Amino acid sequence: MHNAPPGRRRPTPAAGVPLIDGIDKVTGRARYTADLEHRGALVGRILRSPVGHGEILRLDVTRARRLEGVVAVVTGEDCRHTYGVLPVAMNEYPLARGKVRYRGEPVAAVAAIDAETAARALALIELEVRELPAHYDTASARAPGAVLLHEDRPGNIERAVHHVFGDPAAGFATADLVREACIDCAEVNHAQIEPHAALAEYDPQTARLTMQSVSQVTFYLHLMLARCLQMEESRIRVIKPFVGGGFGARVEALNFEIVTAMLARAAEGRVLMELTREETFITHRARPQTSVRIKLGLTRDGRLTACECEVVQRGGAYAGYGIITILYAGALLHGLYDIPAVKYDGYRVYTNLPPCGAMRGHGSVDTRHAFEVLLDRMARELGLDPFAVRRRNLLVAPTRTLNELAVNSYGLADCLDRVEEASGWRGRRGHLPRGKGLGMACSHYVSGAAKPIHWTGEPHAVVNLKLDWDGSVTALTGAADIGQGSSTMVAIAVAETLGVPIERIRVVAGDSATTPKDNGAYSSRITFMVGNAAIDAARRLKKLLIAAAAHKLGEDPENLDCLGGLFGSTRATQTTLSFADAAKAALVNEGTLTVKGTFTCPPEAQGGKHKGGAVGSTMGFSYGAQVVEVSVDEATGRIVVERVWIALDCGFAINPLAVRGQIEGSVWMGMGQALMEETRYLDGMPAHASLLEYHVPTSVDSPPIEAYIVESIDPNGPFGAKETSEGALAGFAPALIAAVADALDVDLDQLPATPDRVMDALVARRRRQRLQHQPAGDAK
Amino acid sequence: MLDDGRSTRGKRILRVRLNGLWREDAVADNQLLVDYLRESVGLTGTKTGCDGGECGACTVLLDDQAIPACLTLAVRCEGRSIETIEGLAAGGRLNRLQRAFHEHLGTQCGFCTPGMIMAAEALLRRQPAPSDQQIREALAGNLCRCTGYVKILESVRAAAADA
Repeated sequence: MHNAPPGRRRPTPAAGVPLIDGIDKVTGRARYTADLEHRGALVGRILRSPVGHGEILRLDVTRARRLEGVVAVVTGEDCRHTYGVLPVAMNEYPLARGKVRYRGEPVAAVAAIDAETAARALALIELEVRELPAHYDTASARAPGAVLLHEDRPGNIERAVHHVFGDPAAGFATADLVREACIDCAEVNHAQIEPHAALAEYDPQTARLTMQSVSQVTFYLHLMLARCLQMEESRIRVIKPFVGGGFGARVEALNFEIVTAMLARAAEGRVLMELTREETFITHRARPQTSVRIKLGLTRDGRLTACECEVVQRGGAYAGYGIITILYAGALLHGLYDIPAVKYDGYRVYTNLPPCGAMRGHGSVDTRHAFEVLLDRMARELGLDPFAVRRRNLLVAPTRTLNELAVNSYGLADCLDRVEEASGWRGRRGHLPRGKGLGMACSHYVSGAAKPIHWTGEPHAVVNLKLDWDGSVTALTGAADIGQGSSTMVAIAVAETLGVPIERIRVVAGDSATTPKDNGAYSSRITFMVGNAAIDAARRLKKLLIAAAAHKLGEDPENLDCLGGLFGSTRATQTTLSFADAAKAALVNEGTLTVKGTFTCPPEAQGGKHKGGAVGSTMGFSYGAQVVEVSVDEATGRIVVERVWIALDCGFAINPLAVRGQIEGSVWMGMGQALMEETRYLDGMPAHASLLEYHVPTSVDSPPIEAYIVESIDPNGPFGAKETSEGALAGFAPALIAAVADALDVDLDQLPATPDRVMDALVARRRRQRLQHQPAGDAK
Repeated sequence: MLDDGRSTRGKRILRVRLNGLWREDAVADNQLLVDYLRESVGLTGTKTGCDGGECGACTVLLDDQAIPACLTLAVRCEGRSIETIEGLAAGGRLNRLQRAFHEHLGTQCGFCTPGMIMAAEALLRRQPAPSDQQIREALAGNLCRCTGYVKILESVRAAAADA
């Protein structure tokens, strides 16, 4: 590994550096997919299923095809190949064939000379569907005799997971307190501000396709385009322009992207597809509605003895990432605390709703929420401080969890200390006026999946560096910068390793014609994997430069280093060589230099041998602890978040400015899920598909967030770094629910904690109290 | 465009002062300002993030007032002054809000940023030293999904202090 020794100097200014593409963003120069030059491009539009479940009896596009200005019409007949992100579960067609399984599923598409013509063409398509019984919730889909969405999945179960580690029965037997909770978390959506869009160009002369899209993982898109269009991979080029947020929405190839390519090929030209916000919501692929039944055992002094957990996820109509999501939900019960026994049963259920997928904190968020909420309740019952209970169950790194996940660094204890102190917990908890409360919770997340979904035997990441006669260093990476700052991270890693100012580094990212393949922006893998590959590449380049500089200066290479862009002896001689001159010297007899750096997760980091054991495995977990302060209005049930204190162990902050931005953003996204975000369907019809109906917090709803960085210096991370973008999210909701419990002594079992649910809980509590105070027999 | 006369019917000449320069364009009566800016003029800094009036990404200034360009007909701007994100960096120098959003990471993915900066610009023109609550309220119609608004607030505060 390429870790730096602890205590090394910080590679960047202490506060961090602005994004290398930040000026493009603040000037409006940054071009997102819909901004790309598209004069003369055709306009693509999609016809969608009007029913939740049905058999397609007739689909006639003749009249649409005949309309003047329509250049291409495609249907399911034009692609008989399934696609999907998991090689074992590709059960979706870009355009429905035979059956439709959710309202809004793409059925046909047109490319026309303008939007008006495209809309008229859609209206001319004749679609006849025989409706089938539809299942919009997991109970109905799992009931005996339920109509199957997919013939090969009895009971509409996409995947059932049953894992037992340790001896749960023995664990519960030694507990002083065993409690259970049933927690329900609503489905939520990424709601990234940029709606989906794709620009595809097919050149019939060369039979080549160029696709520009909003993807977070251009490699998966590339694979699925080749599969669905039956084209050689080498004839396809995928480019990622600026992307307006992802949060997991774009980590799998999406139907509209493949459809746009199909249209471009059929039209033998260029097609721009811009989805509306409503269609962007319907495309979905976000966090499923999840029911968690959880049972914990605690000793009187707060030691966890066993955990039993059952999770049911409403997955929607197709597989997508579903198998991974339901596995994550169980796997990440481990790795945060030391638990002697864990039993997990997970069920991913097909329903006639838009398919769910990956969303920030993939799979772990709702389970973590239920776990932390129950732990808080049990701590109260035992009269224990919630911080003390967490401290009682800490892991000691390095270790392996019961399910074979490697924990190599662990800063949770420091995180707890930081937020306990910063929030004034000890003096304030229990002393706030009625209606105000403090709550806390912990969370963690992986720094990249140690086993990639498409296993090819390649390294987990590759970065190329090009050094040319002008002394400039160009880093080529397939890593997708979607606003998280990954290109800036690559620039810092290369500059710091070479010993040059960051301005000397140019980063070219996300173009399959020029940049090495990358697995993209998912599972918070980029800093750990691409960062390590960038350091490896820069070390190789530096070795060449030092050899050339040593030759030029007549020094021993062993004694040379480059600092601040100057090569000089580490002994006290005065002779130095500028970086540009060293570059010129290195190019003699060689010409332009290209070096490659790689990073590979060793097999022992790739999880256990049990079925599904690779999911959850990672080289490093981030750890977070947070405290949330709330005010709750007893008359209206409205919760106001006053303040949040969050400490995150990110190993090492390569760019503290960006790390804080990621921590604040993930805490805030957890707040949205906790307080207000919820998709709603009426007989399968989305009732939430606008940003007016799907409420995300505005600037007025958003509290001050105090973020503290904890640096445990991971032994394998780049400069000791781990992930920082997802780990904090899952802790917010349980900390909020704990704070509401502290404020008003009510237990909330549902997310989001909307005013009506708070009121219901208050009414239930009052009724309970009345019953307790009435003599037996008087109860009504 | 189809040759059935639809596309030319109901067009008129629009005269506006766009980012300081007067110009004339033929626009359809029903063309939205956001489409005029993006498609006709080619100023793609102004974004479309929703199906109408939900997100604030298309915020521009009309005579110093922040307005959603997706709910404004282009012809309503006749004889008036429109400013977009592209007009803020006078002479190639970043405006104080642009500099602050860059340096304080008020922008992550950047998609909401032009609209957010224009809304903040309108605020600072009418209220050079806004309180935190005034900043929050002025930006309440501009959704950001990346920052939690923490660094956006910091950026606007820093820009106000930079006067």
